[in-house]
Amino acid sequence: MIQKIPILKIGHALIASIQIELNDESAVQFKEDILNQIKATGATGVVIDLTAVDTVDSFLGRIIRDAALMARLMGAQVVVTGIQPAVAITLVELGLDLEDVVTALNLEKGLARLAELTEGASHHV
Amino acid sequence: MSEPVVIPIEDELDIVRARQEGRQLAKDTGFGPVDLARVATAISELARNIYNYARPGAIELTPVQKGSRRGLQVVARDEGPGIRDVEEAMRDGYTTSGGLGAGLPGTRRLVDDFEIVSQEGVGTCITARKWLR
Repeated sequence: MIQKIPILKIGHALIASIQIELNDESAVQFKEDILNQIKATGATGVVIDLTAVDTVDSFLGRIIRDAALMARLMGAQVVVTGIQPAVAITLVELGLDLEDVVTALNLEKGLARLAELTEGASHHV
Repeated sequence: MSEPVVIPIEDELDIVRARQEGRQLAKDTGFGPVDLARVATAISELARNIYNYARPGAIELTPVQKGSRRGLQVVARDEGPGIRDVEEAMRDGYTTSGGLGAGLPGTRRLVDDFEIVSQEGVGTCITARKWLR
């Protein structure tokens, strides 16, 4: 059973907010959808919002990290936003290495961070 | 001790089912949001271990009590290949999947009690408990 996460485009950015409890297959699909949407839209940045996510295990953590690294290979920056205190605590205690991932407190700050990261790039699109 | 809630881990969706059941039971027990995340994440890791390496197996969730302390017990029981060297499997950085997987050491850090009994060719039983502070 695959559940789709809507990916919205605003300007040069894609925004995806995870609002459902993701099973593994749906998480893998989400990662691929993001990469395909970068290709299809020419987006230079992606915000993945985790405000509504109350559990991130090693599998989902790895998916998010991989999505960020893969998007970067395609020339797009990813900012992960809205990580809840409980999620931050469990991720560190679990020992997941997400240091490669750019984060921001919330969607608003994430979009601002994305603008910094992609500054210049968007003028050429 | 109450009757355990047993969630067989056969399908990938059972991983989600197990952690949702666990989160609800932990909530009923009185855990706060951080411990709820710890419990749900630990269950998710244990259930995925079963799904990936050791089917058939099940997650058993039981509200427990020790003196005046209440808690939740999570038992991950499988009839998989067993763990040859439990000590090695508990070492940080150990992984058979070659991934970023947090493995058993990461899972142990999320709970208060953690015990493994494993026999090669027979299976593995991991017992984890989280206590209310």
